[in-house]
Amino acid sequence: MRRLHQFKGGVVLKGHKKDSTLMPTQPARLPASLVLPLKQHIGSAAEPVVAVGDKVLKGQLIARAGDTISAPLHAPSSGTIRAIANHPVPHPSGLPAPCIFIDSDGEERWRPRQHQIFNFAELRPLELREIIRDAGIVGLGGAGFPAWVKLDPEGREVDTLILNGAECEPYITCDEMLLRERALEVLAGLLMMRHAVQAKHCIIAIENNKPKAVRALAEEIRNTGADVEVVEVPTIYPTGSEKQLIQILTGKEVPSGGLPIDIGMVCHNVGTAYAVYRAVELDQPLISRYVTIAGSVAHARNLEVLIGTPLGNLIEQCGGNRQTLQRVIVGGPMMGVAVHTDAVPAIKTTNCVLVESAMHDVPLPSRDAFSLPCIRCGQCADACPINLLPQQLYWYARAQNYDRVQDYHLFDCIECGCCDYVCPSQIPLVSYYRHAKGKIWEQEEEKRRADRARQRHQFHELRLAREKKERAARHKKKRTPVAKGGDDKKAAIEAAMARVRAKKAAQEVPPKNTTDLTPAQQAKIDAVDAERAKARQATETTPADEET
Amino acid sequence: MNLITPPAPHIHSGNRVSSMMTKVILALIPAIIAYTWFFGWGLVINTAIAVTTAVASEALMLRLRRRRLAPFLGDGSAILTGMLLAFSIPPLAPWWITVLGAAFALIVGKHLYGGLGYNPFNPAMVGYVMLLISFPREMTAWMHPYILEQLEIGFTDTLGMIFLGHYPYDLSLDALSSATPLDLVKTELGTNNTVSEIMANNALFGDFAGTGWEWVGNWLLLGGVLLIYQRVITWHIPVAILSTLFVIGSFFFLADPDTYPSPLFHIFGGATLIGAFFIATDPVSASTTPRGRIVYGIGIGVLIYVIRTWGGYPDAVAFAVLLMNMAAPTIDYYTQPRVYGHPGGKA
Repeated sequence: MRRLHQFKGGVVLKGHKKDSTLMPTQPARLPASLVLPLKQHIGSAAEPVVAVGDKVLKGQLIARAGDTISAPLHAPSSGTIRAIANHPVPHPSGLPAPCIFIDSDGEERWRPRQHQIFNFAELRPLELREIIRDAGIVGLGGAGFPAWVKLDPEGREVDTLILNGAECEPYITCDEMLLRERALEVLAGLLMMRHAVQAKHCIIAIENNKPKAVRALAEEIRNTGADVEVVEVPTIYPTGSEKQLIQILTGKEVPSGGLPIDIGMVCHNVGTAYAVYRAVELDQPLISRYVTIAGSVAHARNLEVLIGTPLGNLIEQCGGNRQTLQRVIVGGPMMGVAVHTDAVPAIKTTNCVLVESAMHDVPLPSRDAFSLPCIRCGQCADACPINLLPQQLYWYARAQNYDRVQDYHLFDCIECGCCDYVCPSQIPLVSYYRHAKGKIWEQEEEKRRADRARQRHQFHELRLAREKKERAARHKKKRTPVAKGGDDKKAAIEAAMARVRAKKAAQEVPPKNTTDLTPAQQAKIDAVDAERAKARQATETTPADEET
Repeated sequence: MNLITPPAPHIHSGNRVSSMMTKVILALIPAIIAYTWFFGWGLVINTAIAVTTAVASEALMLRLRRRRLAPFLGDGSAILTGMLLAFSIPPLAPWWITVLGAAFALIVGKHLYGGLGYNPFNPAMVGYVMLLISFPREMTAWMHPYILEQLEIGFTDTLGMIFLGHYPYDLSLDALSSATPLDLVKTELGTNNTVSEIMANNALFGDFAGTGWEWVGNWLLLGGVLLIYQRVITWHIPVAILSTLFVIGSFFFLADPDTYPSPLFHIFGGATLIGAFFIATDPVSASTTPRGRIVYGIGIGVLIYVIRTWGGYPDAVAFAVLLMNMAAPTIDYYTQPRVYGHPGGKA
């Protein structure tokens, strides 16, 4: 039996998980139109490889990965590309983003199979990662980081691969139902991931409020004899957060600003393992996932949803009234995003659709609209699983003192919402931290831009200076091979003049009629010259006199 | 479609400032009852005066500062300030003392600094210290604990004394009142008596910390423990104050029991217990980090002992709290907890 550790703080939340686990998971109905945002993951957006009007088959690549950190996109069903345009997506900004629209033809025709793997253990880890990458698999726990990147230890040794089935947010049960219904597939996916990272140990962590999931998994492990440990972890929010889960299981902390791999850990969601299994074994890219529909719906349940299905369709299928919707939360009540419209599609990271109707039949006890000032009671600090001082962060975030707020480690905040949840003054603390983070990023971006501009300017000046110097040097070289010093410029000039005179003297033959003059003639000439010089002097001074 | 899109988290525990304040108020009530049992109706009447004045002052200031009345008046903080102030005023003090103190606490101590959450000093203690410095005679005339055994002083008699200055049985205030045990020890020590002589010669001292006062102390202790249990306050500040007093008190008591009273006398005497559980723990003006709270509590404990023993005032809780209030922001800065994933932990 593994000795478990504790993380500091956290809150005990009412689970509300029973309703959605009563019925087995069912496929969601095929919508007439699927909406596929190009960016459903962390990293750069995918780039479309189809054009409007193209016919696509189920599983066909429709957008390729945009960059190293990106993920390709596949058609969830067969049909026709109707448009590539902006559409509302589940993002906190509420801004529309580019999406590919597919009108489904209802035939669900698959693209031809591309690979057949009989024994994944014979693949090299790199090949396995490529299959996972090409299947468009991202972390299905919520963050959506491309899975193959996290499965690449880059030569570092992986001690433990942790499969996260904690699912600590209220209402969400998709991981639980997946474990109950697809334990063998999840286990197979886990073993594939283990092969990809060559992990020494494997743990599946499940909160102790899901005994059925634990039993299902334990049975499959017994049947298969897999060397995988199932660990029940305490039900306390946010156990499902990667950092807290690692702390519970090992007592170790992920270094600030670092990754679990820095301490030999890799952590993935159970849904991701299932997706890996489907990609490797069945040659199916990530085109569907388990989604919990809960809250003000007649039949809260889990559906296996095609990526791109509008939320409204899911709500309707579960007996929700789309006319009386008040709030639709994508994700859980602690960290989920409230969306502007139920036309938003379910994407790869959508684990739950939490519905609140204006009838308040399933009320979500919300924060008051009016916040009192912070009374520094410190209950937020007691609840913070990272051991921050939320009251101080709030104080400085509000004062827009962004240096101090970083002194208090703003960027270690995981935005779990525990502080917010317990605050007696009902202050939307997390919003303040997000805002402050945004402002700091903005300032840093601005600073980077300014730095770049300054660098450009400095370089420009440097270049000008250099060119000037070079020009000067060139000129000097041309003029004075003799006097390099430059100090005796005068001497150089004299020398040049002398040279010129000498040259002239050498070239010019003196006029013949000036040689062999008698002294009288010479005297006469001199007198005339003197006369001329006098006259010249007079004309030279006159204009100046006239001017005055 | 117009869905509402508030930011996450979308649920709340339902915890409120008003419920925290209510719990503190409830925790104070057993001690008020005990106090009334030993010292008569004075505290009840003073509490009514102080709370009314505090709430009225709060409303006035909110109006002047153009703040919303309902949420702020409903938070219960003005009521609590009034109650704590009344608890620290002698039970027979004339009504205007209480009115002045409560108004000063709320207007100057709280709202001139920005109201709830912004006052650097504990408002009740600001009001108390102002009164103590300005009206030392009225503020030191405490009720003699045996008066009620000898004379029957009812509610209306007490009202008459507080509002009209009419004392029953043709007695004067001086005849009805006495010094507190702390006060007495201080003055008598000055006349070269030993602690044991002082205590033996005076029935005021009860079993260890003063007749009546001991029992009020017990109920304050109980209320305080309930507050910790209810997570309204944390253990750090009270434990730090009381254990500091105990350690320093024991040291001097063991060294010279003739000059220094026992540590229990310090803990149950005067305002130590109400200070440790109800006043120093005022979150707004106290230190807010766990280690900071301990430093803050130790500071208060040391200051209480030092001022009581060698300073000019018999009791020192108010001064100790106000002095440490000043230090709280600095303490907080230097006592930040180690954040997850930062050096010093297990990585």
